[in-house]
Parts: sequence; structure tokens; C-alpha cells
Amino acid sequence: MSLATPTVDTHATGHHHPEVRHQFDDLEQQHDSYSLGMWAFVVQEVMFFSGMIVCYFIFRYKYPEAFIAGSNHLNLPLSTFNTVVLLSSSLTMALAVHAAQLGHKMRLLQFLMATLILGSIFLGVKVYEYKDKYDHNLIPGYNFKWETESTTTEHGEATDEPESLNPALKMPPLAQQVEVFYGLYFILTGAHAIHMVIGAVIILIIMVLAWYDHFSPNYYVPIEMFGLYWHFVDIVWVFLFPLLYLVDRAAAGGH
Amino acid sequence: MNTNITSVSQTHSGTEAAKMPEQHYLNAGYDLKSWLLTTDHKRIAVLYFILITFFFFVGGLFAALIRLELVTPKGDLLTADVYNRVFTAHGAVMIFLFLIPSIPATFGNFLIPLMIGARDLAFPRLNLLSWYVYALSSILFVTVVLLGGVDTGWTFYAPLSTSFANGYVVLTIVAAFFAGFSSIFTGINFIATIHKMRAPGMTWFRLPLYVWGHYATSLIIILGTPVVAIALILIAVERVFRIGIFDPALGGDPILFQHLFWFYSHPAVYIMVLPGMGVISEVIGCFSRKRVFGYKFIAFSSMAIALVGFLVWGHHMYVSGQSVYAGMVFSLITYVVAIPSAIKVFNWTATMYKGTIYLQTPMIYALSFIGLFIIGGITGVVLASMAADVHLHDTYFVVAHFHYVMVGSAVTAYLAAVHFWWPKITGRMYSEFFGKLAAIITFIGFNLTFLPQFVVGYLGMPRRYYDYSFAPEWQIWHAASTLGSTVLAVGFALPVFYLTYSLIYGEIAGQNPWGAKGLEWEEASSPPAKFNFDKMPIVNQEAYAYDTPARGQTHFRGVTSRESLSIPPTSAETSHI
Repeated sequence: MSLATPTVDTHATGHHHPEVRHQFDDLEQQHDSYSLGMWAFVVQEVMFFSGMIVCYFIFRYKYPEAFIAGSNHLNLPLSTFNTVVLLSSSLTMALAVHAAQLGHKMRLLQFLMATLILGSIFLGVKVYEYKDKYDHNLIPGYNFKWETESTTTEHGEATDEPESLNPALKMPPLAQQVEVFYGLYFILTGAHAIHMVIGAVIILIIMVLAWYDHFSPNYYVPIEMFGLYWHFVDIVWVFLFPLLYLVDRAAAGGH
Repeated sequence: MNTNITSVSQTHSGTEAAKMPEQHYLNAGYDLKSWLLTTDHKRIAVLYFILITFFFFVGGLFAALIRLELVTPKGDLLTADVYNRVFTAHGAVMIFLFLIPSIPATFGNFLIPLMIGARDLAFPRLNLLSWYVYALSSILFVTVVLLGGVDTGWTFYAPLSTSFANGYVVLTIVAAFFAGFSSIFTGINFIATIHKMRAPGMTWFRLPLYVWGHYATSLIIILGTPVVAIALILIAVERVFRIGIFDPALGGDPILFQHLFWFYSHPAVYIMVLPGMGVISEVIGCFSRKRVFGYKFIAFSSMAIALVGFLVWGHHMYVSGQSVYAGMVFSLITYVVAIPSAIKVFNWTATMYKGTIYLQTPMIYALSFIGLFIIGGITGVVLASMAADVHLHDTYFVVAHFHYVMVGSAVTAYLAAVHFWWPKITGRMYSEFFGKLAAIITFIGFNLTFLPQFVVGYLGMPRRYYDYSFAPEWQIWHAASTLGSTVLAVGFALPVFYLTYSLIYGEIAGQNPWGAKGLEWEEASSPPAKFNFDKMPIVNQEAYAYDTPARGQTHFRGVTSRESLSIPPTSAETSHI
């Protein structure tokens, strides 16, 4: 393990490219390290959302009727619009990274601004949706009221099922099952929205740094890393949208 | 800048007085700012070391209360409620504030860049942030304890934690969440560093096994910790907003919590023990003066433990209502995970076979690790079989088993690491006599504490009971255990004194006091320079090439000069692959 002679590579405090931090030998090593670190972070985020999505699947398996009923009650046109908005923001983010690579400061700022606006529209619509749930008494644990609708009672009357010998296995009433669905809806979209808000704050910071010429075609790695984060948050939505909004729409006859 | 590492004349000068390097990381600045705002991985490691040591003794204090209560069959020292809070505090502090960060955050931080030949970790500021997040978490934990504690057990089982517990559950969860974040930051840092920052010539299979252990640990951290983080958040959400996820009264599923919780918390045991196994590989290699036997098997067994360890969580839930078929699968996979663990034990033993063994303090800890880990591991296999577990579940047999793994293995390895790298970190030698004394007292005290618990657990003593007046004949076992814990406390307290003493009065260690192989010994001074190496190293040797002389001024206390660490006076310039 020892070396034959301590060959000089770079002196520990030697001369560096000004944008290379002291612990790295060169820009390439720095870029690779940041990249890998960011991917490791994304992996940890994937596991974070996976935990929640596992909960979703467990309850969807347990309470299929309630999930159809609850899902069909969500606002599909609005969320479809939001999906388009968010996917567009991924495009503008990718264009921002491209502008940073080329060193086009103004275009970088414009695309970051566009990303920020699209993200804010998404969050605004989300706030409206939450408000709508509040008005319709659909906040679980707070003001939840669920009037069983005719379209879902056919299979959904869990209370009519024969009493199980094990009281722990007794199915809760449909309204409570739907409440679990709405609980998961708020937890999943809420966790996603928090990630969006954090992303929006980071965009603002990056814009300030870019304004003061912090980045160059040699050093744009923070923008690229943030781009990864933003795309990841979009991909989470690509999973959440069908899981929450598109449950068996056709079978239930739409809404 | 430091001792002249190229000088051959100094490499075997066991009798010459060693000198401290003129400049090193410890004298690079003395003000508070130079510590609290440092990005030097070595200083951050020292910061971690101070806090972690403190919380080890806080956790130990709670353990002492538990043992005192159990001396008599009646619950006469604490009330039932206080007892619940005490064992919860003991578990939470020991696991979240001591065991999980213990070796990675201190010795991993300090040694990984030194061992792979880098100036620092890949993300030094993230590293500092992780310490602050840890400190924040520890402040929250202390706040919870001062406010009156929490009574759910460290496992936070629902619906007890969401609907019934009276303590400060949410605050504890926030604290645990921050502790998790801190270790995620460390894990990301280690992965990027080990992948991208290795010195020229430091191929994957030349890495010290210690680094392999940390790599496997980091994978577990980033794959597992987020899952327990979300499980704990959901507990808080259910408790605060009454949104039903786990409480059946709200439509939730309590078994789901146990699945999410153990998906992380079983691999968390490997977070505690894999770095410890890495330590043992280093120590055994050094004090047997032999290349570690079966290098690749040990390296890959770490990876195997990390991966298979993710598939065994259900063995905590045999009696929870989980399906019997799931239980059978989890049982089989749990048997499988014993194989890579056994490979390590056999390989360490084979390393010592025909080695030149020096029974220095770290080696004594390493040997007790092997013995205690075998007992902890094999009783784990017993518990993995469903039929036995139905009887033994939630008894002191389980308590004894996981203390053999967490204390007997993880803490013993931690102490081996403290004693092995103390000269490197501080530049000073501690008293070998007191070191050996503490190691032997710890071994005796540990076994006296936990062997009786196997017996009393097998007889049926349930865990988490503060009163066993229904079976007063068990008192002899509990009294023995409490007696042992007193001895153990002496063993743990001794190092505080002689190590602190060594900081000022200890003999100067010299660059490579053990004559060990490895970049941290052969290329860095003791204590290392601010940016670790004077000249960035190039590696052209396997790890543990003990058939060639180790470089660096050697100063081996306690070994007669006749051997002078069996380093032949040949040129240190020659090297073999």
C-alpha cells in the first residue's frame, strides 16, 4: 500500500484552477464528484417517496372501492393542466442548464425565471385545490365528511360485509376508507409541494449568483446539479398524477 | 512540514525519541471559530468524537437506572411510567446519538480521506453541516429528556405512539429525523469520496477493508434512512392531524408501520457493525503482521451483508400477525446473512494463524470483538428460527442478543478504533497498562452483564418490565447482570482518564507507532498535516503488505527492542506488489 517514492502529483496546497476547491485535483474530478453525490442524494429521495408510495399501494389494495371513489372526486382538468405546466418547467430547466454550459448569462436568467414562474403556477393551482378540499369538507382528521355516492355504493358498502371473527380484520366504513385516501393524497402531494418550494428557493439563490457572474462555462456544476433535482421532483409528479387522479376513471364513468 | 518520511534511517528507530510534527491539523488554529467553522474532515471528526462520547455516557446513565431498578423483583426505585421513559431514552440516545454515528462520523470522517490518499472528503461543507444537524438533533433529544421524556420505546410502535403515548413523541421524532439527515449527508459524502477521490494507484482492491466497510455502510444509509424518516413523519402526521395511516381505529394498518420501521432499523444494525468489522480487519492485520486472509471475500462479504441485510427485516415481526409464509422467507434469508458474517470471522482467524501476534490494547479489543460477535451472531440465528422466536420474542434473550451485537461488537470495535488510531489523531501514546486493563475489565464486565440475560430471557423474563415479583427466583440473574454492569461501567470510564491524561503527558507517538501498513500511517504524520499529506501519495502496493517493511518512524511501546516491530533494517524504498 505504501508508495515507492512520494512522487509529486499536486502539492497539497498547490496551484489550482480558481474554481476547483482545495480537495480536488482538477475540474473533471470535481464535476464527477458533485455528479455522483447528487445522484446519491436523488437515490435517497427516491427511497423517501417510495416509503410513502408503499403505504399508498397497501391501502389501495385494502380499500379499492374507496380509492376509486376518492380519486374520482379529485379535479382532473386542473391537475392535467398542472402536469403540463410542471413538465414544461422541466424543459425550461434543461434549457437553462444548456445556456449555462454555453455561458449565456441573460438566457440562463430568462430560463431560470421561466422555470420559477411555471413552478409557482403549479404551486398556486395546488393551493387552490387544497382550498377546494377545505370548502368541501375533505380535510382528513379535521372536517372530513363523505356522503356516499350512488355510483360507488354497489361494491363499496363495506359495512354490509359479514362480520369477521377477528375484530382487527373488520373493514372500517367506506367514509373512513376514503378519509385514508385523502390522507395519503395530502401527504404525497404535500411532500411533493415542499420539494417544489425548496426548489423555488434554490432557483432564486442561483439567479442571484448568476446575476453576479458566479458561473462560467467552466463552472456551472451547481446549476446542472439543481437541474437533476428539479427533474427528479417532476418525475415524482409523473408517478403521483396517475396514482392519485387516474384511479379507474373509466370504470367509475368519469366525473 | 512533518517528519521526514523518506528517511530510511528513521523507519526502524524504535528506541529513538519521536518528535511531534511542527505543523499539524490540531495547531492550525486555536480559536473557537477555527473549530466551529472548520471544513477539515479531521477537525469535524474530533467535534463528532466529543459529542458522541458525551452521549455515550448519557445513554449509559439511563442503562444504570434500568439495571438498578431490576436488582429487586419489585418495582421500588422507579414508577412504571418513569421506567418506560428511562428505557426509551436509553435506546434512543444510544442508537440515534451514539451507535449509528459512532464509527462512521468519527473514524470514518477522520480516516477515509487519509486511507485513500485524498486531501479531504468530497464535500467538506456538507460534512460540517452534518455535524451541525447532528448537534441540533442532540439538543432536541436533550430537550425531550429534560421535559419529561417519551414512553414509546425507541421503536415508536403505532398506535401506541400515535394515539396513546403521553410523552413528547413528535419532538423525539423530529430529533430522530435530523439525526437521520446527518447520517445521510455523511453517507453521500463517503460514497462520492470513495468513488472519485482515490489517489493514483489506489484501485478498489487495494482499498483497506475498513474503507470497504464504510462503503457498504454508506449504501445502507442512503437506501434505508429515508424510509424510516418517512415512517416517523407519518407517525407525527397521524398523531398531530389524526390522519389514519397506522391506527386501525382511523382505518390505518399498524403492521405497515412495523414493516417500514424495520426495513431501515434492521439494516441499521449493519450500519453499526460493518464499520466495526472494518476496524477489526485493520487491527488484526496490523497486530498479526500478516496480510488479511481472503481480502476479496471480506470486501464482498461487507457488500453481501449490506444487500442481504435489506431483505431480513420481517424476522422482527414473526409474532406480529405477519403471514407465516412471509415469516418462513424472512427466516431463510436471515440464515443466509449469517454466511458473510461467518466468512469474516473465519478470515480474521485465518489471518492470525501463524501470524506474529502482538497483544497490544487494540488487539485485545479486536479479539474480544471476535468472541462476542460470534455469540451475538449465533444467538441471532437462534432467534431467526420462527419456532424459537415465538417463545423468545420480547424476552431478555433478545435483549442479550442485540447487546452482544451492538455493545459487544459495535462498541468494542469502536474502542479498538479509539485505541488503534489515538496516536494518529492526537500524536500521543496512552498508557499501555491501563489500556489493557480497561480492555480486559470491559470484556469481563460485558459478559457478566449480558450472559445472565440470556438465561433469564430463556426462562421467560419479558423485556421492558420493571417489576418481576411474579417470579422472584430470577433475581439472582438480574443481580449478576447489575453487578456486571458496574464492572462494565468501570471499563468504559477508565479510558476517559488515561486517554485525557495522555493528551498532555503521553509519550510522543511518532508517525507510525504500530508499524502498520496503510497511507494514514506510512504517508501522514501524527497528527496529520492540515491537508493530510505533504506530497500526494501514489499507491503501488496491495493493502496489508506486511511482508514488506512499513514506512514511517516506528515507535512501538511495550514491545522489546529486540523485535523493534520485526521490521528488518532493509531499505524501505523497495516495495512489492
